Amino acid sequence: MIRAFFRVAWIVVKKDLTVEVRSLEILSTTIFFAVTVVLMFSFGLVVDGRPLNDVAAAILWVAIAFSGTLALGRTFERERHNDTLRALLLAPADRPALYVGKLAGILLLLALVQVVLVPLVGLLFGAPIFDHGFHLLALLAGGTLGFTAVGTLFAAMLVRARSRDVLLPIMLYPMTVPVMIAGVRGTAALFQPTPNLEATQFWIALLVFFDVVFVTLALWTFDPVMTD
Amino acid sequence: MTQADFTRLAVIDVARHYGRRKALAQVNFTCDAGEIIGLLGHNGAGKSTLLNILATLLSASRGRVEYGGRTAAEAGSEIRARIGMLGHDLFLYPELTARENLVFFGQLYGLPDVPVRVQAALGRAGLGDRADDFVSGFSRGMRQRVALERALLHAPRLLLLDEPFTGLDQASNRALVERLRECQQAGAIVILATHDLDIVDGVLTRSVFLHNGRQVGEPGPGTGLRERYQQAMTA
Repeated sequence: MIRAFFRVAWIVVKKDLTVEVRSLEILSTTIFFAVTVVLMFSFGLVVDGRPLNDVAAAILWVAIAFSGTLALGRTFERERHNDTLRALLLAPADRPALYVGKLAGILLLLALVQVVLVPLVGLLFGAPIFDHGFHLLALLAGGTLGFTAVGTLFAAMLVRARSRDVLLPIMLYPMTVPVMIAGVRGTAALFQPTPNLEATQFWIALLVFFDVVFVTLALWTFDPVMTD
Repeated sequence: MTQADFTRLAVIDVARHYGRRKALAQVNFTCDAGEIIGLLGHNGAGKSTLLNILATLLSASRGRVEYGGRTAAEAGSEIRARIGMLGHDLFLYPELTARENLVFFGQLYGLPDVPVRVQAALGRAGLGDRADDFVSGFSRGMRQRVALERALLHAPRLLLLDEPFTGLDQASNRALVERLRECQQAGAIVILATHDLDIVDGVLTRSVFLHNGRQVGEPGPGTGLRERYQQAMTA
């Protein structure tokens, strides 16, 4: 049963990646958007080569949230285009497995975006991204998972709504504020001249808690929500 | 026959509301294996809503649908393994080839021998030589043939089609009718919503007429389906 669950999720991920590799539509637009956000902020918030306090962490997470919203919207727009989401829901597969497949595909895309984004923030804002790489990785993974877990559910729910592009951020941002705060505070503690690892670990633990809650709720609600 | 298999579909007092708007009210009919049922009515009559309820994509606000005596809620996801649907949008990924589309859905349905089934399906669709071309480069008729084979890949007991003749030329219409007759002979229940009355006249076993979400009675014997349709809609 668990094997069948992950088999279905993997089939969906494989399909999404195949489509994306052929079009590069979501990856290119999302990276371009994230880089533009970081560059714009760097022009305004870095004076004489010195950024304002804690600004690097905030800019990093703003870019992740904005580019994540873009990726979520485009991923489900693709499923809406030929009504393929209905075809997925028609399959005798566990619907939560479909959710996990879509979630994993978006997470992979955002991981690729962050491969470009994080070094750029390090370069422009002088953030010490390699000093405590594991902690930064844990913050990015935890924050992105929490944000995307809620976003994937909402984006799937809104796929047939006429105002989906407006409704997605309106619904998503208030729900994921705790994740964003934990991400920003944890990263800011890490980017201090003397990193506060104790605070960072606290925020990582909080992110893990949010991830467990959000993923569980999303798995539980995906089937009923998609039926109505 | 597996536990999820069925030979009779019963729609019992089905209604569907969107807020205060009634999309469907008190729809009742049954159909058996080997029947081709037409859902006929004007735009907005509730045909697509009913198809979505039959496909388990939408729940009924009232009433129930029984697949061989069990509802979708009782049978769980396994009932969906016995349902095939061809929507007005074709449920295909244009960035994938015809073969990749069919393989993807074959794997998603957990079918055995997917490559063999897909090759046979591509042959039936007359697309053996275009199997590895992207669907985005196909004509409407070719896409429709791939989409129909996608819906039939798992040999469904219940086949649901929403406006399947839209945008097809005469040859494609004939091929589609022929394929539906094959499904009928194989013992499938076929339910199709259509406005193309002239094409399906003589193909349908029975018709269910819907008007503003309500089922209207089968009119008396007429010369043809179009005449009976007009009688039903003006009654």
